[in-house]
Amino acid sequence: MQKQAQQLLDWVDARFPLTFLWESQWGKYVAPKNFNFWYIFGSLAMLVLVIQIVTGIFLVMHYKPDASLNAAGVPVAFASVEYIMRDVPGGWIIRYLHSTGASAFFVVVYLHMFRGLMYGSYRKPRELVWLFGVAIFLCLMAEAFFGYLLPWGQMSFWGAQVIVNLFGAIPLIGEPLSIMIRGDYVVSDATLNRFFSFHVIAIPLVLIGLVAAHLTALHEVGSNNPDGVEIKKQPKDANGIPLDGIYSHPYYTIKDIFGAVVFLFVFAAVVFFMPEGGGYFLEFNNFIPADPLKTPPHIAPVWYFTPYYSILRATTSDFMLWLGIFVLVVGGLSVFSLRHQLAKLAAAGVTAVLLVAFYFLDAKFWGVVLMGVSVLLFALLPWLDRSPVKSIRYKGGLYKGILAVFVVCFVVLGYLGILPPTPVGTIVSQICSILYLGFFAFMPWYTAMDKTQPEPERVTWQ
Amino acid sequence: MSFKNKILRALIATVAFATAAATHAAGPELRLDKAPLQFDNASLQHGAKLFINYCLNCHSASYLRYNRLQEIGLSDQQIKDNLLFTADKVGDLMTIGMRPAEAKQWFGAAPPDLTVIARSRASHYGSGADWLYTYLRQFYRDTNRPTGWNNVVFESVGMPHAMWDLQGEQVAHFVEREDGHGGKAKHLERLEIVKAGKMPKEEYDEAVADLVSFITWMGEPSQHNRKQIGGWVLAVLAVLGVLTYLLKRSIWKDLH
Ligand code: HEC
Ligand code: HEM
Repeated sequence: MQKQAQQLLDWVDARFPLTFLWESQWGKYVAPKNFNFWYIFGSLAMLVLVIQIVTGIFLVMHYKPDASLNAAGVPVAFASVEYIMRDVPGGWIIRYLHSTGASAFFVVVYLHMFRGLMYGSYRKPRELVWLFGVAIFLCLMAEAFFGYLLPWGQMSFWGAQVIVNLFGAIPLIGEPLSIMIRGDYVVSDATLNRFFSFHVIAIPLVLIGLVAAHLTALHEVGSNNPDGVEIKKQPKDANGIPLDGIYSHPYYTIKDIFGAVVFLFVFAAVVFFMPEGGGYFLEFNNFIPADPLKTPPHIAPVWYFTPYYSILRATTSDFMLWLGIFVLVVGGLSVFSLRHQLAKLAAAGVTAVLLVAFYFLDAKFWGVVLMGVSVLLFALLPWLDRSPVKSIRYKGGLYKGILAVFVVCFVVLGYLGILPPTPVGTIVSQICSILYLGFFAFMPWYTAMDKTQPEPERVTWQ
Repeated sequence: MSFKNKILRALIATVAFATAAATHAAGPELRLDKAPLQFDNASLQHGAKLFINYCLNCHSASYLRYNRLQEIGLSDQQIKDNLLFTADKVGDLMTIGMRPAEAKQWFGAAPPDLTVIARSRASHYGSGADWLYTYLRQFYRDTNRPTGWNNVVFESVGMPHAMWDLQGEQVAHFVEREDGHGGKAKHLERLEIVKAGKMPKEEYDEAVADLVSFITWMGEPSQHNRKQIGGWVLAVLAVLGVLTYLLKRSIWKDLH
């Protein structure tokens, strides 16, 4: 029996690199042995991706992207979701898995990214792993945004309306651009149909491709670890395994399976006992069918967008002065510290152009720009971090403090983004927005100033 | 104080500040009574009967099929004999004859479909059931309204009091109070029954509780089932968790 299996495998291997793929991507992939809690979230993200795709396939079998009203006066799309919840056998489980999965995806990916910040996983030689990651993050946001329109509830409709209208703030091309996105002058059936298409095929296709690229890049350069030690530089044993390296299989196979079970326990607790997530995973207002004539008194995006939504709202015309000062300081510092004459000139030029543009263009436009920039800034991290060490374990108090402030700002921004705007809330979110931007903008300086300890030769292992 | 402590204190202060800013944002007070829900078959059947008799002429429940009522202990025959007024088959959805556009002309607002109303009316003031329980007990006479009715938790509501023959007629006594922001706000002092209905207060409250229990059940008929399955799923995962943990420990034992 075993011999036959081996023969079959040889037959396949002669025609397709099955064993090679398995061994290079997982079986014989050598990883540091000191992965901790924070290293589970990559596998969990893959697990959630699979959950979303599988449940999504079944949802599409019954969901109808149709904004017209049925005989009872309810939009067909909204009614089809309730049909899934009631008349499709097991439909409610599928739907709750998918809706909870969306939030779980962001929880997992935010923690996954935070791990990167803590252990300097974005640094050389993992820049591409990181960049693919940032692209995944962007896709994920697009995927969630398109998907949220589909149930065609009040929040679906008005959330999409608000976000698409933002594009209208871009000078000259804004208005035609937002009409192109909607396919209409308002969010309508045309919008629903194209968002459906993006959500079920376009973005997932890109997402899967990016995840493959992310993992291929990672397995090429090798994993980082909580100590930031490059195990590839260590002496190797007879099998060519570095001192602190182990095969992923069976060690991380079983560890990740255990982690997945713990995750699924928490996930199932939400799915089966609080699928609305207190109104954060399924917003209460979204149980009201979309009504283009009735604007809800308070439109809040889903929780995972609220940090960025807060930054958008914080950018009022009063805020532009502070933003100007901020850009001036960062620009001045750059001109002062850059070595090349040409680079100095470029930095001065960019600063000047920005300041002039701040003066002439509407704050609303800058809000949109700032929201986009604050997501994209993550992509620059590999080149902003000048610390001699990777891991937070060997970084100094300065970096630890600044990272803590960044995390608090992110959480406060997220929290304020859920609430209706208030004068105090706006000031708090403006302070947090500046600190958020400062985390990135001043990184070249504070990471160079920080008092670090030398990285050890070997990983920490009890 | 160590550096870490300082950071921690600063963080806590920031969070407290943001929270204070947030509570300030809360709008006008909405005071809801806690709905005493009961999900036994007798209560749900009583609620279903009230719903079909008193609400299903203006409002639809168009995501629910009549035969789903089997799950609250009614047989197809009982449904057919006692509850099927506007539909022909027990497999039909609970729709109504009134067209939304007409209704809008009559009441100024179309009566919304009520199937998932309990889920949509939840807020940080209370559950959707609490809102419904309060709403259905706080209609009062108001001659300024075209229907002659108004509601404490739904100012200028387009719906007349559907169960006034049961509750009777109430008038509301309001007082003006400072709202803390320099303005004045209307506060309900009390509701007074001026014309008795068929039911004394306690009985009416119980009837509304049954009705709201039914509406809550209708919002997600699988909710009971969901929690039951959930219990098993968690139990299985807990066992799997222990097993995979032990397996992990034994596989990792030989690493040094
Ligand atoms: C005479 C027709 C009529 C009857 C009977 C009726 N309603 Fe209504 N109902 C309305 C109208 C019209 C509205 C819309 C009010 C508005 O938006 O101002 C409404 C609104 C509501 C709302 C608020 C929906 C929302 O969130 O905006 C609820 C809840 C409600 N009705 C429940 C009931 C219940 C429960 C019954 C049965 C006891 C009932 N109604 C019977 C006409 C009716
Ligand atoms: C669909 C979403 C994603 C999936 C499925 C995914 C998957 C994975 C997996 C399986 C790993 C290896 C295990 C681990 O180190 O945790 C990994 C590593 C990594 N991921 Fe992701 N990832 C996703 C999104 C992201 C995002 C959004 C970023 C950053 C913006 C990111 C950055 C990284 C980095 C830097 C590593 C290497 C970590 C290290 O070696 O220390 N990933 N990813």
